[in-house]
Amino acid sequence: MAIRACYALALLLAVVVLNFTLIHIAPGDIADTIAGDMGGATEEVMAQIRADYGLDKPFPVQLGIYLGNVVRMDFGYSFFSNTSVTGLIAERLPATLLLVFTAQIFALVIGVILGVISARRPDGLFSHFVTLLALFGYSAPVFWTGIMLLIGLSLMLPLFPVAGMIDVTLIEAPLWRQYLSVAHHLFLPALTLASIFLALYSRLCRASMLEVLGADYIRTARAKGLSERDTVYRHALKNSLGPVVTLAGLQFSAVVSGAVLVETVFSWPGLGTLALQSILARDTPTILGILFFSALVVIVGNLLTDLALRLIDPRIKGGGG
Amino acid sequence: MADDSKIAGLEPPTPRAQHPLREVVQMFAGNRAAVVATAMLTIIVLAAVFGPMLYPTDPFEMVWAPFTPPGTDGFILGTDYLGRDMLAGLLNGGRVSLTIGLVAALMSVFIGITFGALAGFYRGLVEEVLMRITEFFQVLPTLLFSMVIVALFGASLTVVTIAIGVVSWTAVARITRAEFLRIRELEYVTASRAAGASNLVLMTRVILPNALPPIIVQAALMVGSAILFEAGLAFLGLSDPNVVSWGQIIGSNRTYILDAGFTVTIPGLAIFVTVLSISLIGDGLNDALNPKLRRR
Repeated sequence: MAIRACYALALLLAVVVLNFTLIHIAPGDIADTIAGDMGGATEEVMAQIRADYGLDKPFPVQLGIYLGNVVRMDFGYSFFSNTSVTGLIAERLPATLLLVFTAQIFALVIGVILGVISARRPDGLFSHFVTLLALFGYSAPVFWTGIMLLIGLSLMLPLFPVAGMIDVTLIEAPLWRQYLSVAHHLFLPALTLASIFLALYSRLCRASMLEVLGADYIRTARAKGLSERDTVYRHALKNSLGPVVTLAGLQFSAVVSGAVLVETVFSWPGLGTLALQSILARDTPTILGILFFSALVVIVGNLLTDLALRLIDPRIKGGGG
Repeated sequence: MADDSKIAGLEPPTPRAQHPLREVVQMFAGNRAAVVATAMLTIIVLAAVFGPMLYPTDPFEMVWAPFTPPGTDGFILGTDYLGRDMLAGLLNGGRVSLTIGLVAALMSVFIGITFGALAGFYRGLVEEVLMRITEFFQVLPTLLFSMVIVALFGASLTVVTIAIGVVSWTAVARITRAEFLRIRELEYVTASRAAGASNLVLMTRVILPNALPPIIVQAALMVGSAILFEAGLAFLGLSDPNVVSWGQIIGSNRTYILDAGFTVTIPGLAIFVTVLSISLIGDGLNDALNPKLRRR
């Protein structure tokens, strides 16, 4: 596990270096943006701005300073929002984490249930329905799925709120009412985001379950008189979960990508909406910070997947992998 | 091989052992869903290629009252929030979405094959380095990264295509590497090596053709996901402002779903049907190219 963690840190470092380099080689810099906002500036003012932001130093020095700041969790100052980037992200990160992890859990739970049911009768009607659902899940653009759910379940049938994360009138309300409101707001975005991955997981779970159900030890379990329920849920399911969880771990970066679109559709106040806003405003320090934290979410997600795999299958030991 | 029989002056044996491609085509043609999907995709491609010529309305021109419902006043698919013809937008947008999808997918397949082939063939340090780079791109939240590339280098078709291609190749690289690792140990590779084939020939002429089936399947799916990727970027407003694309129509009409849901529903359906066709074709190819998988 220690090796895995070190490796994760190295990956994170690579992400920071790549992004910083990319922003450096792109045409235009912070001084251009600020000058643009001011409505033009003289060369002296531009030079002054560049000196203020350390842009006049050679690139390796700038990178070194930035890396040093990142270690201290200082991501610079957002001139667009007039706050520190760290504060800005700390405000938005929990919403994204909530959305990403809820969606993954939705997708896993529903996907596994659908997969198991359809594997028990591989040629039944329900099994075909699951196949169809899976096809829908990875062919429909996720933002469109979101808008369709929004039209159906928020506008035509007003069951769910249209936008945001919490009912603003509940600021003074007891905590449980606030939690309930967040859950209410969370449901549609999480379901939308889950729809892509639910499809993948149910399909893989079905295949993996079918394979396990044909294995010798399942025949043994049946032969020794174990009930069908125990055979399927205690023996087969446990052994077919591995591939599904592995796949779920590999999907974390896709889930974070999807979250950007879903957050935009549902005006969810997370990193994705902040990312779009700061990209359009060319707010470089914030963009770099968001890229760092979204990579961090993916890496932590991967580490959690490793842990989960080890819980499911004790044969997997630390270190290798 | 065909020459041998001629030299012996014999009739070629009865065509029991047919050309392997023929078997693939037969398997594919037996898959009803894949055949229907091929027909659908053909129609979509034809509509995108010839549609704008047969229906020459400018997709940017405001031709009628905004939000004209489909089928009224001669507008088959209605008009959008600026009163622009939706059908013209859909046909012209199809060109952009399909082109970007295809080119970006080709690009990522090319990068993926290069990475996977080098890693699987040379192994050792080369494999270590290349696979670390691959893992790095797997950790990167691809959409965010592409958004940044497009924003930094300007939203032109070329930049958007590169931004998609450059982040989508990891699956191809992993598949290619796995195939190369398996095939490089087979006897015919050793035989070719003994016969003096250079590493380049071994990689491109001996191993690659035999590694192709799973790569082709993945490549088909990549076209679908590249179309979805482009739609996502365009939806967010990060696409070339001078061309229409399906995602961009959805993004720009999004605020008006209360007044005219069709302006969002229709282009979404276009994306959905296109990507669905491609996925079904990919599934069909998978069954046809890997008959062993079918028995599962």
